[in-house]
Amino acid sequence: MPVRPRPLSPHLQIYRWQMGSTLSIVHRFTGVGLAAGLLALCYWLIALAADQSAYDCATRLFSSVPGLLMLAAWTFAFFYHLLNGLRHLFWDAGRGYERAQRNGSGWLVVAVSAALSAAIWVLLWHAIRGAP
Amino acid sequence: MSSLRSPLGEALGRGSAHAGTAHWWRQRVSAVALIPLTLWFLLSLLMLPDLSYLTVRAWLATPFSAFLAMLLVVVLAYHAELGTRVVVEDYVHAPGMRTLILQLLRWVYVLGAGLAVFAILRITFAAPVT
Repeated sequence: MPVRPRPLSPHLQIYRWQMGSTLSIVHRFTGVGLAAGLLALCYWLIALAADQSAYDCATRLFSSVPGLLMLAAWTFAFFYHLLNGLRHLFWDAGRGYERAQRNGSGWLVVAVSAALSAAIWVLLWHAIRGAP
Repeated sequence: MSSLRSPLGEALGRGSAHAGTAHWWRQRVSAVALIPLTLWFLLSLLMLPDLSYLTVRAWLATPFSAFLAMLLVVVLAYHAELGTRVVVEDYVHAPGMRTLILQLLRWVYVLGAGLAVFAILRITFAAPVT
């Protein structure tokens, strides 16, 4: 008797796009990304404790193009995870469960984290360009 | 008979997850602690005149900064362990591989945070760099 593969329950492709599920998986992605960022932070602190040349090496690494892209991604991931985490804490307190509140707070999290990341990098850009 | 659960199962009250609210609660508490810690770290770095070796070392050498930075690194590693543990538990199904990855992750966090704390101690207890 041939062995047929066991039936699977409907998975991701069957559901339409939803705000909640998307923001939820982004929360997880940013969390994993930030865990990697923690290791980068550890490396930076160790380089700072070592000596000037190790710290300069870390600075060169972080100010290279891939380094800056990583830092920019970590900035957004940080604000997103922070604000969406706050959203989760409100839910844990039993607040904000209405549909309009869920969608509104979701868009607010996306907009504010994008705005804060942009603000920080505009600030940094001016600081770098303004430096002699 | 009102329940098919064993008396011990009733007393433990843990259901099929075999765990209570400990993980969930620790994740929330560390999340709340990280709100001021991460914001303090970010704002402090942004408010430094520059990020040169001497400037950053001088800032991190003060007892206040060193203490908060050590707290930050430790709580971050703790929160990251709790978070990535759930991700691995959700997506890695082979028990051996799951245990291996979870153990590796835990070692990486302990090593990373341990080295970072040691680095901060070294900076704050070092003779002033001139």
